[in-house]
Amino acid sequence: MILAVKDVGISFGALKAIDGVSFSVNEGQILSVIGPNGAGKTTLFNVISGVYVASRGGVELSGADVTGLAPEALAARGMSRTFQNLQIFQRMTVAENVMVGRHLKERRNFFADLLRLPSVGRQNRETRAAAVQFLDEVGLRDKADVLAGDLSYGGCKRLEIARALATEPRVLLLDEPAAGCNAVETEEIDRLICRVAQQGIAVVLVEHDMKLVMKISHRILVLDRGRFLAEGTPAEVRENPAVHEAYLGKRSSPQVQHA
Amino acid sequence: MLNNRYAIVVALAAIVAILPLTFPSSYYLRVASLVWVSAFAAIGLNVLMGKAGQVSLGHAAFFGIGAYSAAIGPAHFGLPSWASLVTGGFISGALAYFVGRPILRLKGHYLAIATLGFGVLVALVITTESRWTGGPDGMSVAKLTVFGWRASSATAWYWLSGAFLIAGAWIALNLDDTPTGRSFLALHDSEIAARVVGIDVAGLKLRAFVIAAVYGSIAGSLLAMMNGFVSPDQAGFQHSVELVTMVVLGGLGSIVGCVVGAAVLVVLPQLLTVFQEYENLMLGFIIIVSMVFMRDGIVPMARKLTVRP
Amino acid sequence: MSEFLQFSFSGLTVGAVYALVALGFTLIYNASDVVNFAQGEFVMLGGMVTVFTSAAGVPLPVAALVAICVAVVVGLLLYWLAIAPARGASAVSVIIITIGASIFLKGAAQVAFDKQFHKLPSFSGDAPIDVLGASIQSQSLWVLGGTAAAVLVLYVFLEKTLVGKAVLATSSSRLAARLVGINTSTIMALAFGGSAAIGAIAGILVTPITLTSYDVGTMMALKGFAAAMLGGMGNPLGAVVGGLLLGLLETLSAGYISSTYKDGFAFVVMLVILFAMPQGLLGRRTVDRV
Repeated sequence: MILAVKDVGISFGALKAIDGVSFSVNEGQILSVIGPNGAGKTTLFNVISGVYVASRGGVELSGADVTGLAPEALAARGMSRTFQNLQIFQRMTVAENVMVGRHLKERRNFFADLLRLPSVGRQNRETRAAAVQFLDEVGLRDKADVLAGDLSYGGCKRLEIARALATEPRVLLLDEPAAGCNAVETEEIDRLICRVAQQGIAVVLVEHDMKLVMKISHRILVLDRGRFLAEGTPAEVRENPAVHEAYLGKRSSPQVQHA
Repeated sequence: MLNNRYAIVVALAAIVAILPLTFPSSYYLRVASLVWVSAFAAIGLNVLMGKAGQVSLGHAAFFGIGAYSAAIGPAHFGLPSWASLVTGGFISGALAYFVGRPILRLKGHYLAIATLGFGVLVALVITTESRWTGGPDGMSVAKLTVFGWRASSATAWYWLSGAFLIAGAWIALNLDDTPTGRSFLALHDSEIAARVVGIDVAGLKLRAFVIAAVYGSIAGSLLAMMNGFVSPDQAGFQHSVELVTMVVLGGLGSIVGCVVGAAVLVVLPQLLTVFQEYENLMLGFIIIVSMVFMRDGIVPMARKLTVRP
Repeated sequence: MSEFLQFSFSGLTVGAVYALVALGFTLIYNASDVVNFAQGEFVMLGGMVTVFTSAAGVPLPVAALVAICVAVVVGLLLYWLAIAPARGASAVSVIIITIGASIFLKGAAQVAFDKQFHKLPSFSGDAPIDVLGASIQSQSLWVLGGTAAAVLVLYVFLEKTLVGKAVLATSSSRLAARLVGINTSTIMALAFGGSAAIGAIAGILVTPITLTSYDVGTMMALKGFAAAMLGGMGNPLGAVVGGLLLGLLETLSAGYISSTYKDGFAFVVMLVILFAMPQGLLGRRTVDRV
């Protein structure tokens, strides 16, 4: 159990955005979090990744309690994430974006940087080489020196994943990695996620694209209005009447059954 | 990128070296020295504003601390001028370190106002503690003496301030294309994403704040020793605004822009010394026009105009 | 005891002026999200224009009216020439623009008038009034009364008139206000004009006590801002409470603790508020959405 979320809750004023959600993920597992809009999926991510502070409950990473730690501290412990609303570094190149992802793996010496000692040049080369490898993994190698702001939408999505992978995480949280992507791009992302999981990284995914979710997930967690609704394998969740009701009302449609 | 960086330093050195040949009198040397010193301070502030994306409306506080260190050190403690400059730098850096931690947790206009409040408080202390600082009338500053050589001529100060400017620009430019430089850019473009890859964002902002403070302090000391005189308005709100305007006018993030901005804000009032009265009108006008119409700054605008095929 | 009362009245008087400046800030901030540093210059204009107009022979009440009109025109010009063209600039850029405007106006006053201090005669004579053993100037009562009247008028305007409601709507959500047909740029211009009037009135009321000159604006703006932060940025009631409280605290600490650092007190308060309680006494906490 690499990541364990226990009875987590957060309120904004009187609104209980998340109320008592628990789940766990193992190495190499892909867990998808789904639910109707407003179910609290991104909020859950924000709580787990330290962007918001939970009102109750806890998060454990490799058995250690990491509740309430800031995002930087979580990164040092092997958690990384991408963002629904794309937070790439617009003014740097694609390669530089991923190089920033290598931050924790670099030897950081502020005074060497100020005086541009030779060690800085050597380090830059190493970091860039590592960055290019990650770009290769997501298929962006040939765009390495393009300004990130000029990349296509799908490219930006993959760039964020490359940057997150560059931190060599044990847990990767992907917030709608396929949102806004066409069928081809979604296929590529889907294969990428499977490759990542095969490397032993635990992947937690928030997605709306049901085909993607059903195809690649080992387990699925369903949220509704901030609360736990169901959890299980794709087959189990597909058959769950409560899930149908939450998404589609009392009468379920063939689309969900065949997704 | 490598070529660009060294090219800027070389070009700056060339300008500093060649410019005096065009000067008909030492008055011009004095004005240019003023530009170099102001640009030096602006480059420091630029690390905070242009690279790290923060803001400080109280930066003149550090300039003032440096200036008064150069005055008080020799006058009250018998410290040689150059040692006072270094001490001033330490004091400013330390103050920035302690004050910066809580202040930099704020964002946007709250940060702007907090730094403004800080700046005003420092200026107030300088004005009020007249036993040490000579109060509102200021105090005189001993001339810089290094190994028996007394720096008092306009020429000497021109080269000294020019040298500091080139060194300061070189150091600031060094940060580009280093892990620290990339961290700054990341912080500026998306603070949350920077945090998520493990960058200690609070520490980074603090670092930028301290660098800016030390640059400002050194600039203040240099100016004090050059003029032989300091007064509280060097630490005042208006001076803070001038420094910010230099950075923004030239082009946030650009070293060359800092020099251009400093040049505009120093030279223009000098050109219109006849119109001493109109100083405020002019400064206010420049600020409004540059922030409204040339939001990116002069240098990026010029770059855009020349790049068009 | 009478010394305490003396200080308190003094504090409330200067606090009332801070309250008016803070109210002006709040009005503009609510309508347009702009932190307007030129607010202090409206106070300066109120006093200076009245002084010079009445020195030119115009009767005092008319001179005061002229000053208010001048301030309103300046406020509108500030909006149309400096703020509106900068739509889309960051919050910090806009603050810098308003700082530039305040420096510009200060320079204009320097050139149009002079650099001396000027006084206006007290509205109802110089004889002090005895209240519970404390001796207060009659002008203080004018200041307090004038402030109360201005606050009342503003309250009635915002809550009871249609235009006032439009201002409230714009401050709540500009987009929504536009979608229901409110002309938000007119509203914002109105807010600037209104703030200018409030500032000018404050200037006219307080000049008999504190004198005026071309550069009183900056300190006035800074302290008014501290008052607005203390009460809660964006809350009109907070502005008034913050102003009065700040004035009281400032005068009392100057009287009982140290009078040399009197001006610094407001900034210490401001920094404490920013660090410990950025929403101020009456403001609301906001959450950043990622």
